[in-house]
Amino acid sequence: MLTPALLLSAALFVIGTLGVIVRRNAIIIFLCIELQLNAVNLAFVALSRYTGIEGQLYVFFVMTVAAAEAAVGLAIIISIFRHYETVNVDKFNVLKW
Amino acid sequence: MATVESTVTALALPMSPLTAQEAASWEPVLPGLIVLLPLLGFLINGFLALRAAAASSAAVRSGNEWDPFAGAATPVTHRLPTLVGPGVMLFAFALALVNFIGMPDDLQEPVVRSYWSWIATGDLRIEAALQLDQLSAVMMLVVTGVGFLIHVFSVGYMKKDVGYPRYFSYLNLFVFFMLVLVMGSGYATMFVGWEGVGLCSYLLIGYWFSDREKSDAGKKAFIVNRIGDVGFLLAMFLIYQAFGTFDFGEVFAGAEGQLAAGGATVTAITLLLMLGAAGKSAQVPLHVWLPDAMAGPTPVSALIHAATMVTAGVYMVARSSVLYALAPVSQAVVAGIGVLTALIAATIALQQYDIKKVLAYSTVSQLGFMFLAAGIGAFTAAIFHLVTHAFFKALLFLGAGAVIHSMHHAAHHAEGHLDEQDMRNMGGLRKYMPLTCALMWIATLAIAGIWPFAGFFSKDEIIWYTAAWAGAESNPFGSLYAVYWGVALVTALMTAFYMTRLMIMTFHGANRTGAAGAAHLHEAPRVMTLPLIALAALSVFGGWINVPEALQASFAGLFGVLPMSEWLHHWLEPVTHAAAEIQVAGFGEAAYSAPLGGGEVSWALASTVAAALTVAVSARLLGTRKYVAAAADSGPRAGLGRVLHDKWYFDEAYDAVIVRPLLRLSRWCWRFIDDVIIDGFVNTTAQFARLAGWIMSLFQTGQVNMYAFVLTVGVLLVLGTTVFLR
Amino acid sequence: MTDILFILFAVVAVGGAVGVVIGRSPVASLLFMVATLASVAGIYVLFEAHFLAAIQVLVYAGAIMVLFLFVIMLLNLGHDYRADLRYGSWSLLSLVVVGLTAGVLMQGFSGDVGADLLEDGAAAAAAIDAAVIEKGAVGVIADPLFTDYVVAFELMGLLLLVAIVAAVVLAKPRGSGEG
Repeated sequence: MLTPALLLSAALFVIGTLGVIVRRNAIIIFLCIELQLNAVNLAFVALSRYTGIEGQLYVFFVMTVAAAEAAVGLAIIISIFRHYETVNVDKFNVLKW
Repeated sequence: MATVESTVTALALPMSPLTAQEAASWEPVLPGLIVLLPLLGFLINGFLALRAAAASSAAVRSGNEWDPFAGAATPVTHRLPTLVGPGVMLFAFALALVNFIGMPDDLQEPVVRSYWSWIATGDLRIEAALQLDQLSAVMMLVVTGVGFLIHVFSVGYMKKDVGYPRYFSYLNLFVFFMLVLVMGSGYATMFVGWEGVGLCSYLLIGYWFSDREKSDAGKKAFIVNRIGDVGFLLAMFLIYQAFGTFDFGEVFAGAEGQLAAGGATVTAITLLLMLGAAGKSAQVPLHVWLPDAMAGPTPVSALIHAATMVTAGVYMVARSSVLYALAPVSQAVVAGIGVLTALIAATIALQQYDIKKVLAYSTVSQLGFMFLAAGIGAFTAAIFHLVTHAFFKALLFLGAGAVIHSMHHAAHHAEGHLDEQDMRNMGGLRKYMPLTCALMWIATLAIAGIWPFAGFFSKDEIIWYTAAWAGAESNPFGSLYAVYWGVALVTALMTAFYMTRLMIMTFHGANRTGAAGAAHLHEAPRVMTLPLIALAALSVFGGWINVPEALQASFAGLFGVLPMSEWLHHWLEPVTHAAAEIQVAGFGEAAYSAPLGGGEVSWALASTVAAALTVAVSARLLGTRKYVAAAADSGPRAGLGRVLHDKWYFDEAYDAVIVRPLLRLSRWCWRFIDDVIIDGFVNTTAQFARLAGWIMSLFQTGQVNMYAFVLTVGVLLVLGTTVFLR
Repeated sequence: MTDILFILFAVVAVGGAVGVVIGRSPVASLLFMVATLASVAGIYVLFEAHFLAAIQVLVYAGAIMVLFLFVIMLLNLGHDYRADLRYGSWSLLSLVVVGLTAGVLMQGFSGDVGADLLEDGAAAAAAIDAAVIEKGAVGVIADPLFTDYVVAFELMGLLLLVAIVAAVVLAKPRGSGEG
């Protein structure tokens, strides 16, 4: 059951990456990043079954980081939205100039 | 005067027999200190010179010109060198004398004192070591003895110079390196001294560096010497390749066994060494720097460019006598260069008006004689002439220095510009400087080779040995040697002529300085004349240390009165006998008659009579000639005289053949290689970086997704290589 | 039984993921995401990671997703789907990314990767099962977390604190209070 789990993980990751690239909505990009993190978590859990409990610990840490990232990221999105009245990332390009 | 007497007695002392036990257990007395004393003098004087420089720049900053002699009391920086400079030399000379007297007669091997391991890498071991043997003892005495006298003279000559402490620090440093050169126990140690004296020579030629011409002369000397040094270095590499060491003892001991006599290796080594010697000793074609080196202070010319440094090449050839004896071709080349140099320099000296230029070309010419001697294998004769030449040429230069010193005062008061070194502005100086005149006449007779002065014995020995080896049974270059002999004879007579010309133009006839200047001509102070007297005594008696055996019973040895029959020859025997044996094995015994017949005594008589006649006749002829002051005379207009006056156009030829093409090549390198290729490469690199930057800037869209895309691709590339190339 | 469950969960997870990417409105995407997270939690259970499955549902699908939902509602988003999805050359780029990523991951995960793991994997699985029986599903995670990994654990706490402070500062409206 290991290989199917890893392939599922790969599929989720690819879909997440695709989402990051093709969407303009900052919140959906965020969701896709969470999707990628979940894909990795899945691989960790699947492999931990065969290597030891440490894999699950890493998943725990990843979840914590994801929670922190969501808190800060959403705060940034709110802050930006106040300024631009939009969450379309194409509009956030002042750093280019 | 005390030093002169002690020198004479010292020369006599080692004649007394010593037991073998003493010889075996001989300990040199503080040989390292002999070298260190001048270095100490350099450090003290150098410190004073730095103090003086600080005082000078402080004065300049406050807007004044610094004159250390303006105040009532001369500052300590300009008083102490008077004591330190000659003082360290006196002690060094005394130590050298003690070692010389103590050195046993039958010392066969050099005594080597190793101080520390200088270079140890791979198979190469170079010790910082000094060696004492008969040859280095003689050189040591000449360097410290003549050096001391010239230091004393300098006190008077340079007294009023702003750079007085700097002058003495350079002079002391020079003596230090010269002693390293003659006492070093291997080619590497010798090379340190070799380069060091070159450095000091450069510093002292350009001593008055604010004068463009003089600093250029220093650079010329340095650069021409580099050409010779390339030869020396290559020779050292070959020596290392052949012997695996630079140590004199090991090289000479192994030379006969490891190198084929007349083989390519030993010939290459000796020819390259000769290139080095030609650079240092101003032999054709590298002689051009020495006449220009007269830009330095006159005592420097006496010490470095007449008595000691320029003879380093002769010393080096004599030191390598074993190698030269193994390479007959190199010997013929050395002798040929020597005799050619002697002739060319003598002809140029005939037509010079600058008193120091005449002496400079005379020095080059006499050095040529020394190389002739070294080339034909008469190494003792070469060293003998080196020693006597150091005496009388130092005397001539210092005498010229006294004259210039006097003329300098006159020039201050003369109307218009007065070249203080041009003999056309002199004339009749005997009236003002009788002592200098008399002493310089002694030196003139000595260099002309007139019995019983020192030059007679040494020069006659060179000419005689050339004749004798020309007649050796199996000398392959016998007829060439005969030509050398003939040229040497002619050159010796030219020497007599141009020296007489110098004396007549300077001291005799009518005075041409002009009334205003002539009133200020005067005899040199005591501190300058005393060294002259000492050197004059040496010029008279110095030749008696090596009266040839064949001549001892004749007129030349006062019919047996002069005691020291071939003393120098016996003294140097341990150093030269190996080479002598090889040479006899190759050439057969030297003949006992000249190529035109006649024995040693008759040729000696003939040469001294011819020289005396030349002096007398030319003095008589030139004495009646009317010279005009330099301002109204432009020298010989055309013909051979003009060619000689212009020094055979050596400088012009070098300028056309070497300097200008080199400049053009350099300019081409600058315009093409540097500007086009190297700069082009650099600029192209910069353009490439700009292009790359421009391409990268295309990815900076400001869109987050684009960055995510690039990031992903980058991660995939890294990950992909690890995954797929697993 | 587990195979059937796995396939079921996998299909839901992939379907949910696709839904996240092509969802018309943010709220739709978010709900698809919740479905994906839940089915991944189901797969965790299949791998005997009960504690993780629990916090996946509680923390992830519960707390974090609700946070997203609050923000979406707060900002009143979800009416500009046309402008949101990229077409044209971007679809080409995304194809490249999908191809490359899939290629690398497939290459990395397929083949012999699992073979040697599976061989001694049985022993590791048995050890984990034994530990679960001894300490319980939570204890088996908590034990190393508070011993070997306690520094990392404390750092996580610090990170969360920093994140909270940062979120408060960032989200606070300009000009309100001291700033």
